[in-house]
Amino acid sequence: MTTEPADKPEKIIRWSFILPIATFAALAAALGVGLTLNPREIPSALIEKPVPQFALPGLGERPEGLKTADLASGKPQLVNVFASWCVPCRVEHPMLMDLARRGVVINGINYKDDPGAATAWLKQDGDPFARIGADRQGRVSIDFGVYGVPETFVITGDGRIAYKHVGPLTEDAIKDKIVPLLGLK
Amino acid sequence: MIAGLRIVVLGLGLALALALFAGPVPAQVIDNPLADPAAEARARDISRTLRCLVCQNQSIEDSNAPLAQDLRQIVRERVQAGDDDEAVRRFLVARYGDWVLLRPPFRGATLMLWVGPVLILVAGGAVVALLYRRQRRQTAAPAPLSPEEAARLAALTGREQTPS
Repeated sequence: MTTEPADKPEKIIRWSFILPIATFAALAAALGVGLTLNPREIPSALIEKPVPQFALPGLGERPEGLKTADLASGKPQLVNVFASWCVPCRVEHPMLMDLARRGVVINGINYKDDPGAATAWLKQDGDPFARIGADRQGRVSIDFGVYGVPETFVITGDGRIAYKHVGPLTEDAIKDKIVPLLGLK
Repeated sequence: MIAGLRIVVLGLGLALALALFAGPVPAQVIDNPLADPAAEARARDISRTLRCLVCQNQSIEDSNAPLAQDLRQIVRERVQAGDDDEAVRRFLVARYGDWVLLRPPFRGATLMLWVGPVLILVAGGAVVALLYRRQRRQTAAPAPLSPEEAARLAALTGREQTPS
């Protein structure tokens, strides 16, 4: 059977080289992108959804508490889930203080904390919160889809969750995500 | 030298201990099983299908994380309230997304997850079959020698060619 054109087997060989290499390259690229993602960051299911219905009691000397209606004030605000026992919360605390100085309304949800310890910490390091709700059972935080403290939510003026940041705030997250959503300068 | 090493090791150990205990570790919550054994068994079965958000590769039934304990309790409450298995799962999916399901649902966004392996298997099988067939064709028995070729081969080897 010498009737086959001479270039055909060559073509097959070329493909049998290119195809595995191309497949490998595509797979390596896809997995490479995967490596840069943080598997700890679980996308929030509540983005664009209204804030859950809740009403939390206040903390210590601040009995006013925090409830759903507080978060639909017509102006974007932040909700920060924090605890005095949470070390990363102390890392982000100066950034919250700074945002509060810039006029951002920050609401605190105090997660599974001892009210005395929480109050003492805020007295010592400063209190950036306009309102604080004490979530001693952690149930309201579960309604917010919280799975680790700290978490920070940007709430739109009409009371919807626009963005969630998991873990301590970073200067980049504040600059690139939170400040634009809050409509600051 | 040894003392220096000892200090380094001690420092590392201390850093590790701090790192281990620095995470969110509130007081242990003790599970309150449901009074009805059948309902409790159903709650546990549901919990086994839900992924722990803290440990990620464990179900909330297997996890000791405080959040997993809270979620187990919520599953029990939903079961007690009369929710069927799917309704309990929907309750948690509404808060944490499909991510909490250890068995992802079959839908547009997860299509590749379910169909991908089959596609790859079929494509790989097709490539193997194709290459195998080509190779067979290429290595097919060569055409028999023409009388001239047979004569030349006989002259070169010095013996008669026996037809095979």
